[in-house]
Amino acid sequence: MPPKIQTEPEPGDQTPEAGSATDVAPLGRAGGKPGHELTADEDADVADWDRVAAEPEFKGLLASKRRFIVPATVFFVVYYFALPLLVGYAPGLMSRRVFGPLNLAYLFALSQFFMAWGVAALYVRAAGGWDETARRVIEKLVERRGEE
Amino acid sequence: MTTSLLMFLAFVAVTLGITYWAARRSTGTSAYFAAGRSIKGWQNGVAVAGDYMSAASFLGIAGIIAFQGYDGFMYSVGFLVAYLTVLLVVAEPLRNAGKYTMADVLAYRLKPRPVRAMASLSTLTVSTFYMIAQMVGAGALVSLLLKDSGVTYQSAVIGVGILMIVYVVFGGMLATTWVQIVKAILLMAGTILLSVLVMAHFGFSFAAFFDAVAHVTYTGADGRPVTQDFLQPGLRYRPPYGALDLLSLGMALVFGTAGLPHILVRFYTVPDAKTARASVVWAMAIIGVFYILTTFLGFGAATIVGRDAIARNGGTNMSAPLLAQALGGDVFFGFVAAIAFATILAVVAGLTISASTSFAHDFWTNVIHRGVERAPGEEVRVARVTAFVVGGVSIVIAIVLGPAANVAFLVALAFAVAASANLPVIVLSLFWRRFNTRGAVAGLGTGLLASIVLILLSPSIMSVDPPAVTGAARHLIQADPVFPLENPGILSIPLGFLGAFLGALTGREPSAEAKYTELTVRANTGLGAEKATPH
Repeated sequence: MPPKIQTEPEPGDQTPEAGSATDVAPLGRAGGKPGHELTADEDADVADWDRVAAEPEFKGLLASKRRFIVPATVFFVVYYFALPLLVGYAPGLMSRRVFGPLNLAYLFALSQFFMAWGVAALYVRAAGGWDETARRVIEKLVERRGEE
Repeated sequence: MTTSLLMFLAFVAVTLGITYWAARRSTGTSAYFAAGRSIKGWQNGVAVAGDYMSAASFLGIAGIIAFQGYDGFMYSVGFLVAYLTVLLVVAEPLRNAGKYTMADVLAYRLKPRPVRAMASLSTLTVSTFYMIAQMVGAGALVSLLLKDSGVTYQSAVIGVGILMIVYVVFGGMLATTWVQIVKAILLMAGTILLSVLVMAHFGFSFAAFFDAVAHVTYTGADGRPVTQDFLQPGLRYRPPYGALDLLSLGMALVFGTAGLPHILVRFYTVPDAKTARASVVWAMAIIGVFYILTTFLGFGAATIVGRDAIARNGGTNMSAPLLAQALGGDVFFGFVAAIAFATILAVVAGLTISASTSFAHDFWTNVIHRGVERAPGEEVRVARVTAFVVGGVSIVIAIVLGPAANVAFLVALAFAVAASANLPVIVLSLFWRRFNTRGAVAGLGTGLLASIVLILLSPSIMSVDPPAVTGAARHLIQADPVFPLENPGILSIPLGFLGAFLGALTGREPSAEAKYTELTVRANTGLGAEKATPH
C-alpha cells in the first residue's frame, strides 16, 4: 500500500514551513509533497500502467525503439571490438602502411570516432520520432482521464 | 613557475565565486543533488565532458602515447565509443525512472534496502579508484611544477582536497556543474592550442608530423638508442597476453562508462530525457574532438620532447605539460599546468558529489532509515558530512600512495569495476522482466568482488621486482601474478553478468515482475518523471 500523503501538518507539529515549494522533503515535517516530487510508491496511481502498456501506440513505440537500438548496438560493438581483435591478433596486417607513414591500425582507430558520431546522429534522428509518439501516448492518457 | 601559480589561483578564485553564487541559489534537496533539474542540454553536455576528461585523459593518455605510441591511442578510442553505450542504452531510461542516484533505477522494482546498500558500496568503490588516479596526477604535477618552491606533494594534495570539499559542501551540484563547464572549456582551449603549436613545429605538414612519429628515437632498456615506429601497435600490449589485455581494456572502457556513478548522476540534472540525449550528443562532440587531438599531444610529446627527457622530468604523466614547456615556454607551461590542475579539481569535485549523494540518499536515508527523512534537510546534511569524510580519506590515500603509476591505467581499473558491478545490474533491471533483488545483489557482489580480486592478482599489484627497484615503485606483492592481464574486464564483466543472471534464477519475486510494466512505461514515455524546478 502506498503511504497516504498528508496535506495537513500533524497536530502538534510545530516545525515551521520554509524553503521552496518544490523541495523534495518539505521543510515542515508533515507537509504534502508536490506531485513531481513523489517517489514511485507514493505516485503509484499516476497512471494505469498496464493499460498504457497495452496501447497499440505504446507497443509500436517499443518495437520501433527495439528495431533501431538492437541492430545499432550490435553494429557498434562489432565494429569497435574488431579493432582490438585485429590489432592484437593480426598485427602484421594492421601495421601495413596505407597512406604515407599512416598504417591500417591508426586509420581504423581514427574511423571509430566517425563511426561513433555517425551512429549518434542516426540515433538522434530516430529518437525525434519516438518523442512524438511518447507525447501522443501521454496526451491520450490525460484526455481519457478527463472523460472518466 | 610563478605564472602557473597565478593562473591556478585565478581559476580557484573564479570557481570559488561560482560556489558562492550557487550556495546562495540552491535551496532544498533537489537543488543540492540535482541542480534543480534545470541544467540545459548543452550545459550538461559540456559538464559531462568535463567530468569525463579527467587527469587520466589529459595527463595519462598523452603519457601512454608518448611512451608506447599507438597502443595508448586505444584508450582514446575506447573512451569515446563508450558513449554509444550511454546514449543507446542507459541515459534516457535512467533520466525517466530515477531521481538522484544510479540506485534509484535499480531500487525501482526491487527491494530497496539490499539493492541500495550494494549499489552504494559499489559507487563508493568506483569513485575511490577514480579519485586515487586524480590525486596521483595532482601530486605528480605539483612535484614538477613547484619543485623548487618548497610546496611538497603532501601539501598540494591537501590543498586540492580542501578545495574540492568546499565546492561540494557549499555549492552542491549546481556549483559542481559550473566548475565542470569552466574547466571543460579551458581544457579544450588548451588542447587545441597545444595541437596547433605541435603542427606549427612541423610546419603544418601532416606528412612531416607522421613521418617523425614513424621514427621516434629513445634510449632502450640496454642503454643504446632505439628507433621505433610509434604508429605501430604492440609497444605496450605484447605477446603472450597483450592481445587479450587489449580486448579486456576495450571491454572495461566501452561497458564501464555507462556504469560510472559520477557520469550517470549528471543525467538527473536536466529537465527530461530529450535533454539528457542532447547532453550526451554535446558531450560526444567535445570528447571526440579532444581524444582525436590526443594524437598531437601524445605523439607530439614523443617526437618533440622525447621519452628520455620526459622520464627524467616527472615521468609519463607529465608528457603534456612538458610538451607545452618545449613549445611555448614557461608562460604556456603555466597555462597548461593550471588547466591540468583545474581538470583534477573539477573531476574530484564531481566524484565527491556522486559518492556523497549515494551515501546520503541510498545508504543513510533509504537503507538505515528505511526511506524516511527524520528531520528536514537531513539528507543534504549527511551528504555534506560524507563529502568531508570522502575528501579526507582520499587525501590520506593519495599521500600514502605517492606519485607512481600512469593515471590513465589507474582510471581503467575504475572503469573495470563499474563495468563488472554496475552495468550488468542496470541493464538487466531495465530490460529483463524476470530480474529480481537476489539477482541485483548477486550481480553487484560478484562484479565488485571479481574485479577487485583480479586487480589484486594482476601484474600491477603482483610482480617480482629486481632488487634495484625500491620505494613506491615496488609491487605490493612480490610473487608471480596469478592473473596475467593488467585489466580484469574480460573476465570480471562476464562474471558480473553471470552472477546477476544466476542470482535472479534462484528465486521469483512477483512484486518485481509486476512493476516491470510500470518501469517500462515510465522509462519510455517519461510519465511521472520529476520536472525542472525554478531556483
